[in-house]
This record gives sequence, C-alpha cells and structure tokens, in this order.
Amino acid sequence: MAAIITIFIAAILTDNFVLSKFLGICPFLGVSKKLNTAVGMSAAVIFVMLLATAVTYPIQVHILDVYDLGYLQTIVFILVIAALVQLVEIVLKKYIPSLYKSLGIYLPLITTNCAVLGVTLLNFTKTVDGRGLTYIEALVNSLGAGLGFMLAMVIFAGVRSRVEQSDAPEALKGLPITLIAASIVSVGFLGFAGLGA
Amino acid sequence: MNIIIPIIIVAAIGLIAGVGLSIASIVMAVPVDEKVTEIRGCLPGANCGACGYSGCDGYAAALASGEAANGLCSPGGAKCAADVAAVLGEEVGEFKRRAAVVHCDGTCDKTEKLYDYRGIQTCAGVSLMFGGDGKCSYGCIGLGDCVKACQYGAISICNGVAVINTKRCAACSECVAACPKGLIRIVYGDKVADVSCSNKDKGAAAKKACKNACIGCMRCVKACESGAVTVSNNLATVDSEKCTGCGKCFEVCPSKCIRMIDLKALQEA
Repeated sequence: MAAIITIFIAAILTDNFVLSKFLGICPFLGVSKKLNTAVGMSAAVIFVMLLATAVTYPIQVHILDVYDLGYLQTIVFILVIAALVQLVEIVLKKYIPSLYKSLGIYLPLITTNCAVLGVTLLNFTKTVDGRGLTYIEALVNSLGAGLGFMLAMVIFAGVRSRVEQSDAPEALKGLPITLIAASIVSVGFLGFAGLGA
Repeated sequence: MNIIIPIIIVAAIGLIAGVGLSIASIVMAVPVDEKVTEIRGCLPGANCGACGYSGCDGYAAALASGEAANGLCSPGGAKCAADVAAVLGEEVGEFKRRAAVVHCDGTCDKTEKLYDYRGIQTCAGVSLMFGGDGKCSYGCIGLGDCVKACQYGAISICNGVAVINTKRCAACSECVAACPKGLIRIVYGDKVADVSCSNKDKGAAAKKACKNACIGCMRCVKACESGAVTVSNNLATVDSEKCTGCGKCFEVCPSKCIRMIDLKALQEA
C-alpha cells in the first residue's frame, strides 16, 4: 500500500511528466491558452494513459518478454496505442456522443503523444523497493502521470492568462515569453525533488 | 530464423488492430447526414470563418440541422447560396453581397505625417506611438497589416492608404481583425453609400488633420430619405441595412468623404 501511495505522489509531483520529464510539451504549450480546453485535453490524456497502460503492460509481459523481443517495445506500443485510441473514438462516437464531442478533438491529437507513449515505456524502467512495477502499480503510475499532466496544464493555463495581459517587451511577445514562463513553472516543480527521498 | 518471430508478432498485432478497427467502424458506424456532405460540396472550402462558424464543415452541419441561415457564405456568393438552397429544398433567400471597406481616405496629398517613424514596419507597431505617425490619429497608417492578413490578395496600399479591391474581396473579416485602428468594416447590400473617414474630432480639428475628413455637418443625415445615415462623435456612419444606395448623401457631402460602392456591378463583373 505504501508503495502505491509513493508511486502515485511521485508520478504527480516529483516525476511530473511535463515539468520534470519534459514529455508532452506540445499540448502543454498548444492547448493551455484557456482553462477549459486545458482541462478537456488533460481528461483525454488521463483516459488514454490509463487505457494504454492497461493494454501494453500485458503485451510486454506475456508476448514481448516471453520471446525476448524487448527491442520491439516502441513500435508495438505505438501501433497498439494508435489502434486503441481509434477504437475508443469509434465507440465513444456511437455510445457516448456527448463525451465524444467534449473529448473529440483531443483524442486523435494524443494518439501518438510522447507523454502517452512515455508513460507506457517508463512503467518498465521505474523501480520501487528494488523491483519493477506490478500491473496495479503501473496503472496507478499512469493515473498519477495523467493527473500530473492535468496539474501542469491547469497551473500553466492560469500563468498564461496572466502573461497574455502583461506588458512584455515587444521582442518577447507571444511564444518566447510563454517559454520563459514555462521554464519558471518547471523550476518551481524542482522544489518537489526531495519528496521521494 | 530469429527474424521470423518478431515479424510474425508485429504483423499479427497490426492485423488484429486493423481488422478490429475495420469491423468496429462498420458495426458501430454512425449514420452521417447525407445533406451535410452535399452542402459541404456546395461550399467553397476556404474555411475563412466569415459565416461565423468554425469552418465550412461547421457551417454545413449548422445548415443541415436548420440552425444557420443560408447565404452567410461570402466567398461562395449568390451561386453558393442558390446551390445550398437547392440541396435544402428551400426558396433562395435574399443574398446580401458583402465586402470589406477601409474607412479612411487620408491619402498622402490630403494629410501629413506627424513624425518620422523608423521602428518595426507594421501598423500595430506605429499605432503604439501616439496612435500612429499621421496627423490624423484615427486614420490609416498604410504599412499594410491588412495586406498581410488578406488571403485573397484584395488589398493594396495606394498613396499611403489601404484600398480594398471589392471584386476580389470575399468579406472574410481577416483584415477587420488585423487593422489596429479598427478602420475596416464589412458593408453589405447591392449598392451602398459609405463614409470613408473615421475621424471623431470636431470639424475644424478634423479638417486640419486631413482635407478629406468628415466634419460632421449633418447634411448627409438631412439628405437621407431612409434614415440610414447618423452622425455621432462628429462622424457620419451609414447603416448598410437601411441604405438604399440612392446616392443623395454622396451628392451633398461637402468634404467628399462619402463614396458609393456598387457591390453588384463590381462583384459580378
């Protein structure tokens, strides 16, 4: 139980996917202009991360590891995640149109997002108490990573709405000042580094 | 032989995913309204957003569900409205021609520069310094932010003022958003009068800044029979909705700052 809590907290704060591991920077900068789109995107990311882990973990353990094909990890995972997201999209469109409409634009966007692929790959390199993650722990890790993504998106959407209204120097207006703000938020997250130790 | 197993595994996963997706897309297919596809075919596909929807797809969906009015597509024009009406099985409504117009005629010979600007060569840049480098702080700066915004190549800078070629203009409103002085507006109708000035100063001050300025003398208001012209803040404006295109205001204007725009003749030519 203690291990699960450690993994969960670490995934959200110390190993924050966006601000500590620098994965998923594209949606982080692209979709963080407004709070509601940031939340919608994050919800889609959490959903897909969980689903991707749920499917890729058994594939790794029961197929790739058995035949000693660890080097196929990346390509197989991309294939599986891409197909999975498409399938989820079709199912949502048919049965939950309201959810499809709110997630619809973001779902295909994160099909091959590096944060999603990253979490499925890092599930196998992460260790807790000197051993790899179990299936449940991997799912918790993905959930934490997704929530960490949401946290970063929400915080940054707030920062960004302030930055947009600030009187930035002409040369820094737009993307440059956004990147500077992102780096400062990232530095803020370094403060959590001691938490895991 | 080592290579066979990985190939089989990847191929099998790909095949399962592919077949699964194809089956799912057939089994769980959502019937798409055929009307939407048909209407989408009638629209020009410029995705300019002039209709107020997210793009041609959005407008087609809104038309099919009856939410949107026909005839909002400026680039498509009257032909597009007629095509859409045919698909919808409706009568062709009245199509209003639209075009963007610059509300300034402060050409180089009519007004002067206030200072010599050497900064970033954009209208947005100049307008940060005392509202622009012209004597008239309301007028066109002439560095062409609107020219860059126009996808149709309809805008050019002539004699220091942006001029819109009505023939090419699709009324997509990109230039309206680009102008830092807010000088560009969309006019609509077959033939309309329009005030080519945006100066809100009192008559004497406006005249000093630019010889083509509107002085707010009210003569156009009195001449107009349909009540389309109003003067507020020392500046006349014409309401395209009410304007009949009779040209009476144009005749009486002492500053010659009202012009007649014959959208029908220009856009059909």
